[in-house]
Amino acid sequence: MSALRESLGFLASRLRQVGIFVALILIVLLFQLLTDGILLQPQNVTNLVVQNSYILILAIGMVMVIIAGHIDLSVGSVAGFIGAVAGVMIVHWGWPWWAAIPACLLVGALVGAWQGYWIAYVGIPAFIVTLAGMLIFRGLTLITLKNQQITPFPDELRALGGGFLPDISGGTSVLEWLTVLLGVVGTAALLFQSIKERRVRGALGLENEPLAWFATKTAFIALLMLAITFLLASYRGTPIVLVVLAALVIGYSALMNNSIFGRHTYAIGGNLHAAELSGIKTKAVTFRLFVNMGVLAALAGLIFTARLNSAQPAGGTGFELDSIAAAFIGGAAVQGGIGTVAGAMIGGLIMGVLNNGMSILGLGTDYQQLIKGLVLLLAVGFDIFNKNRAGGGSSIAKRFKFRTTPPAAEDVKAPAEPVAVPAAR
Amino acid sequence: MNVPILQMRGITKTFPGVKALQDVTLDVNRGEVHAICGENGAGKSTLMKVLSGVYAHNTFDGDILFENEPCTFTSINDSEKRGIVIIHQELALSPYLSIAENIFLGNEIASRGWVDWRKTNLEAAKLLARVGLDENPVTPIQHISVGKQQLVEIAKALSKEVKLLILDEPTAALNDEDSDHLLDLILHLKGQGVTSIIISHKLNEIRKVADAVTIIRDGKSIETLRLDGGEDGRSQITQERIIRGMVGRDLDSLYPERTPVIGDEVLRIEDWTVQHPQDHSRTVVHNASLHVRKGEVVGLAGLMGAGRTELAMSVFGRSYGKAVSGKVFKYGKEIDTSTVPGAIAHGIAYATEDRKHYGLNLIDDIKRNVSMAALPKLARRGWVDKNRETTVANGYRKSMNIKAPAVSAITGKLSGGNQQKVVLSKWMFSDPDVLILDEPTRGIDVGAKFEIYTIIAGLAAEGKAVIVISSELPELLGICDRIYTLSAGRVTGEVPIAEASQETLMHYMTQEKE
Repeated sequence: MSALRESLGFLASRLRQVGIFVALILIVLLFQLLTDGILLQPQNVTNLVVQNSYILILAIGMVMVIIAGHIDLSVGSVAGFIGAVAGVMIVHWGWPWWAAIPACLLVGALVGAWQGYWIAYVGIPAFIVTLAGMLIFRGLTLITLKNQQITPFPDELRALGGGFLPDISGGTSVLEWLTVLLGVVGTAALLFQSIKERRVRGALGLENEPLAWFATKTAFIALLMLAITFLLASYRGTPIVLVVLAALVIGYSALMNNSIFGRHTYAIGGNLHAAELSGIKTKAVTFRLFVNMGVLAALAGLIFTARLNSAQPAGGTGFELDSIAAAFIGGAAVQGGIGTVAGAMIGGLIMGVLNNGMSILGLGTDYQQLIKGLVLLLAVGFDIFNKNRAGGGSSIAKRFKFRTTPPAAEDVKAPAEPVAVPAAR
Repeated sequence: MNVPILQMRGITKTFPGVKALQDVTLDVNRGEVHAICGENGAGKSTLMKVLSGVYAHNTFDGDILFENEPCTFTSINDSEKRGIVIIHQELALSPYLSIAENIFLGNEIASRGWVDWRKTNLEAAKLLARVGLDENPVTPIQHISVGKQQLVEIAKALSKEVKLLILDEPTAALNDEDSDHLLDLILHLKGQGVTSIIISHKLNEIRKVADAVTIIRDGKSIETLRLDGGEDGRSQITQERIIRGMVGRDLDSLYPERTPVIGDEVLRIEDWTVQHPQDHSRTVVHNASLHVRKGEVVGLAGLMGAGRTELAMSVFGRSYGKAVSGKVFKYGKEIDTSTVPGAIAHGIAYATEDRKHYGLNLIDDIKRNVSMAALPKLARRGWVDKNRETTVANGYRKSMNIKAPAVSAITGKLSGGNQQKVVLSKWMFSDPDVLILDEPTRGIDVGAKFEIYTIIAGLAAEGKAVIVISSELPELLGICDRIYTLSAGRVTGEVPIAEASQETLMHYMTQEKE
């Protein structure tokens, strides 16, 4: 009984993180019913992963930029531009795929460096710089393509968009065994890591999640992973983009949680002045975040181009909005300082399932946009409502409180001395 | 002559946990310039907020009579209707609007909702002539100096047919020339029948313009001195009288015992000069030189605008000011502290006076705030060892007695004293040789103050050099070995603790360039 109460209390304190996950599951179940089970058919699950991979990759970079308190409106145009560059390199110049991919990622890095320079060192707000970038790189896409699509691409590159890991049983088995192996090993690694971390936290005297909750959550996630494995294995196996995406999610989660760079990113978004006065090189961190965003946008552009087997003038249009929405639905704060890569992935999947489910139902883009917009609004609104009610915790509510109604006791002391104005940037 | 225009009786204003004003009396006569004097935090600004209706009449006790009629203001609009206008030290002007637009902001000369620009500018020009400001009314506010902006504020007050003008630290942000001009204007307006209340602690200024001085200390009105109130009609307004009134409180706070063991010089600052970041005509710190030794606690005393924080922040990685010049020496060798990482690398730490805006990431937890300034110490090849971080933070939680359930508690939810301990932990973990602590006990209750003093004493005992900036003189007298006084950006005194008293310090703190 007490374990249950403890778990429920804990659940309430994690309402946001848990809530968004539950929302995803509810949405999946809803569409599973509405589509008479088409949504979770193996082929559709595979499609879902492949169709959304580039948005999810963009959302990784986007949530990092948002955590630092910035925004990037240019990623769709940059992805389109890199697709065009890849087309010229591979189709027109005949570069091999293994040379063109690194070259495209480098171009993405340069694009990011260009924008990062204006944002970090010149001090123009990211909103403006990337709004300009949205126009600039769309323009460059059209110029590079001379307003015509470039096609076809070699099979090696196309595999990046729609290919699968090789089927070791040669297609004779009902289940694709490599995928089963990967899924089982991955699940085991996750279980091992979770239990180990829990032990270490216990040993250090850090508070842990209640055991009942931890067990339920971990078991649920493990089962979910095995279920997805089963679905993928009974169609064509593991899409190559899924491997890329999984590696990125694991790598970037670790980067944001455990590296100096990631921690400085949170510090900058949480309080820029305090970060500066703590000796954090805020401009360098901001610059690197945008270089990183450029590289990820390039990768997304390559995958998208590979999937379509064509570099198109309008390629990547609207990606920026989907990836920004993914980050915010996933719990990132507009003011910065809050957000996770995992959250952005769940946010991206919610958008993806909505797209996919509504397409199966035959709803047009008109209704799709309407509903996606409402979901974004509700998710962030729920966030703010929830945190306001909890009295603190919300960056928005908190900042608001600090600015408008300073604690009365300090009101007595404070007026006599002005806040020292630090050097403006 | 002595016709009262304003009588405030028994004003008591309580904030949760604090009595900001206690039974305050203020009598102002028609046509006089009445100064209100007191230390930082004495309650001067609170009193003026009570008078001008910022605090509604039912949120405090006591009576206000203005022109013999009781006042029940609920907002600043009510007091302005009666001719009471307050000008805050932070000017409330819109930088991109013109002088004329600012003067009539919220009070536009218009017919049926449409502004009459010709009349607006004409009236503005008349008001500018009254305050002696030779500027075109259509000039945007941002194109004129702060001194002139102050005059625009007064013109704005005049446009409201002001009877009682309240100026809160009007010269704090002005250079000498502009200050003189402003004081002359106040006297000029007095000639035209405008009564003024001026909040100030610049004694020169008070002697120049004031007909009466009311001294506020610890939320109580101590006494009112009058120009003709002394024996044989001599003035009561003397520097000694005012200083005695301002500081004469009981030393009832407690400070930890310590026996200083003072070693060699650690840090020396020479000829440090800093310009205001926006207003280049103002020199905020002027040729300041000071030093601090191993194991020593050195105080920086000064009134508002003396340049203490500006001095400290400009030394700490040029975090404040423009055109910073001067030299910093550590162990006798000149060092470069022009960036914050550079200053930290040289073993300097600066704990800000404004924890919430410049000290902490309030949305993050204790352990990540503690490690923020020295993450590389916890990392190998860019990857942070989070277990060690937790262990380190737990160590500080225990040694500093940070009251929180765990180091994963969010700092924004801690009390002021515990937040301050997190800031101190952060800087202690960066292992500095010199700690500059700016108002380390601001907004902290008495019990926690003692803990902070104990931590400071402990740092000195470890051989750190500590510089403490504080507005509370008893605090400096209680914990320092030596105290520098600053006034208007200059170091005006260096007093060993044995010779220091509140009176001597206040004397130096109010000393101005002759």
